[in-house]
Amino acid sequence: MANDVVQGPDFPERDYARPEVNYLNWKQTVSSWLLSQDHKRIGIMYLVSISIFFVVGGLFAIMFRLELLTPEGDLLQADTYNKFFTLHGVVMIFFFLIPSIPAVLGNFLIPLMIGAKDVAFPKLNLASWYIFMVGGTIGVIIILVGGVDTGWTFYTPLSTSYSNTHVFLAAMLVFITGFSSILTGLNFLVTIHKMRAPGMTWFRLPLFIWAHYATSVIQVLGTPVVAITVFLVGVERIWGVGIFDPALGGDPVLFQHMFWFYSHPAVYIMILPGMGVISEVIACFSRNRVFGYEFVAFSSVAIAIIGFLVWGHHMYVSGQAMYSNLVFSLLTMLVAVPSAIKMFNWTSTLYRGNVVWETPMIYAIGFIGLFAIGGGTGLFLGATGMDVPLHDTYFVVSHFHYVMVGGMVMAYLAGIHFYWPKITGKMYSQPIAKLCAVLVFVGFNCTFFPQFLVGWLGMPRRYHSYHPDFQVLNVMSTLGASILGIGFVIPVFYLGWSLFYGKDAGSNPWGARGLEWEVCTSPPDPHNFHEIPVVTKEAYAYTGEETLSV
Amino acid sequence: MSSAEAKADRSPYLAHHFESIEQQEESCTLGMWLFLAQEVMFFGGLFMAYAVYRYMYPDAWLEGSGALSIKIGGINTVVLLVSSFSMAMGVYYCQIGNSKNLFRALLVTLFLGFVFVAIKLKFEYFPKFAEGLFPGDGWGPHGHYADLASFGDQGALQIFFFLYFVMTGMHAFHMLIGFVILVVLMVMTKQNKFGPQRFMPILFFGLYWHFVDIVWVFIFPMFYLVT
Ligand SMILES: [Cu+2]
Repeated sequence: MANDVVQGPDFPERDYARPEVNYLNWKQTVSSWLLSQDHKRIGIMYLVSISIFFVVGGLFAIMFRLELLTPEGDLLQADTYNKFFTLHGVVMIFFFLIPSIPAVLGNFLIPLMIGAKDVAFPKLNLASWYIFMVGGTIGVIIILVGGVDTGWTFYTPLSTSYSNTHVFLAAMLVFITGFSSILTGLNFLVTIHKMRAPGMTWFRLPLFIWAHYATSVIQVLGTPVVAITVFLVGVERIWGVGIFDPALGGDPVLFQHMFWFYSHPAVYIMILPGMGVISEVIACFSRNRVFGYEFVAFSSVAIAIIGFLVWGHHMYVSGQAMYSNLVFSLLTMLVAVPSAIKMFNWTSTLYRGNVVWETPMIYAIGFIGLFAIGGGTGLFLGATGMDVPLHDTYFVVSHFHYVMVGGMVMAYLAGIHFYWPKITGKMYSQPIAKLCAVLVFVGFNCTFFPQFLVGWLGMPRRYHSYHPDFQVLNVMSTLGASILGIGFVIPVFYLGWSLFYGKDAGSNPWGARGLEWEVCTSPPDPHNFHEIPVVTKEAYAYTGEETLSV
Repeated sequence: MSSAEAKADRSPYLAHHFESIEQQEESCTLGMWLFLAQEVMFFGGLFMAYAVYRYMYPDAWLEGSGALSIKIGGINTVVLLVSSFSMAMGVYYCQIGNSKNLFRALLVTLFLGFVFVAIKLKFEYFPKFAEGLFPGDGWGPHGHYADLASFGDQGALQIFFFLYFVMTGMHAFHMLIGFVILVVLMVMTKQNKFGPQRFMPILFFGLYWHFVDIVWVFIFPMFYLVT
């Protein structure tokens, strides 16, 4: 079927050797990295920094998972526990999930995929990284001076009037890091609009690009709202009064509206780029054009648009009007439709495809299964009646970890494993990597599936002690988290090993389609392309005959 | 075409990663408008909060607005609109290649911006600080504003002045950023960096300056003209 609509490859199918001079080695000084305007090097800088933040966020998780081994609060005091889950959330969301795929893989790949020499504003791209690192430095300062305990949601009046921790610094952190995200989104939007190679029409773009386009729209239009919201919280901390202060007649629920106006769409900043990666990986390892390309492309845009209209589903029990609840519930059901379209189309792509089980594919298939559960339970919580008993229980915690970790982290790992040979020019050990992918999948489910059960039974989130009846499930969850932790550490070793001892990957080890594989060397040239390529064919022009050389 | 020829063809203003001047100009224009869209959402959060509380506390709005001077606000509105005009003239002079007048136009814009901020501080912010109209511990209207002390809902009144200070303050902060950029542009103008071939920086700063003006055009009636 796919063979009918797609013309054969225009670029000669050939394997370029590893180039002597490439973006990694053409300049070697420290400043050639720290002041680099090359989107590929900036992507690597993000890769290193978010990996460090991921470790920091993970350490907090280890601590409170250990605390939850026993029902009593014996390892951590209540206020320490509050700080740890808050810092886990803040670090993981603002410093890992939001920048993960866009800032690392998006930065690296968007110009390569559309046939450009760089993003539209290389200096701004570098500035975004520095702004991000300023935010990260504030995060480190917060951790050193005593933390923050409001939860990553900073709900008022806890954050404004009652918390004695460093809420002001945390507000600054969100404000500043937000602008890094805004500028990255702005850069990508302009790049995708104006920098495409001749012949690279909108409907020839890889779906990775469509996903990043939708993500960038949310980043540019949503992030400023949370910036001004946390700004108001910060002002209220200093002046002692403010518009969210009930003592003046202010409305704390207004804060929730303004916060979730960004923070629900932010969920899509965290998942849409992952969906983009999954489209690439599924197509490549099914040797098949993504089924219903246009539907998958437009579903990304639909998610970005409808995603702006569902924030109220976080506030069913906050005293929001009943009719608002109804409307937000309906809209929440609606936003599930485009996500479902993607799921069906990916599975249809597998059908009659030539499925190849390489490491990225294992992660991608894992993504489909876990995202189905994460998204499906989102519908439970989006239904007003169902949300009332489940609100603020571990069911919610499990739901969003299925989306964020089972979805985005799996997609991120799929992407890293898929593009690693392109980024570094080296191939890692497939058997170890495959084993590790299975380990992550198993560990993830052991960690979070018990949390669905314990939440269903009524265990509330955000407490350091709990009823002894819940212990068995909590012990299971902590054991699973240990497996998951090991699964996250192993790739550091075999990917690191591949840098020094891995064999040269060649320009297209997976037999993949796309400018980044067919025209660029591995690692790419400092300027990406010697001559801007002219594109004459659809994306994913797979014939089923592609050879794998791993 | 050999690469040497291709190099010779390229304008010195064309960055290495663009293929043509048109592509570069279109990219920068789109980028600037996206930045302004981001600014609209940023101020939008404040305007939304304003709408909610004005709806909740119409009486406090009436009372608070009565304490603001339409005369001072009106003069400042005129000052800003004239500065927008001088900025637009600056863009015009840049495009026709008259660097001297471009410099003068930027200078007038900067001067009017200073006048705006000076009036704002001297006749609006300072008296309010001194006479208890700043929300928080020091709240307690007296002196010129003694009338406000008898208003029943002092909490709502503080919310009005909280929004007044945050929104006009955020607007003034954007003007301060504008001053810095203006000084840089003036120095670059003196170095003859702009002309008909290269007017985009002036044009984009003009867009920014007009945007800041438009924010004030909304703020003025929302705070000063409540009836
Ligand atoms: Cu939501």
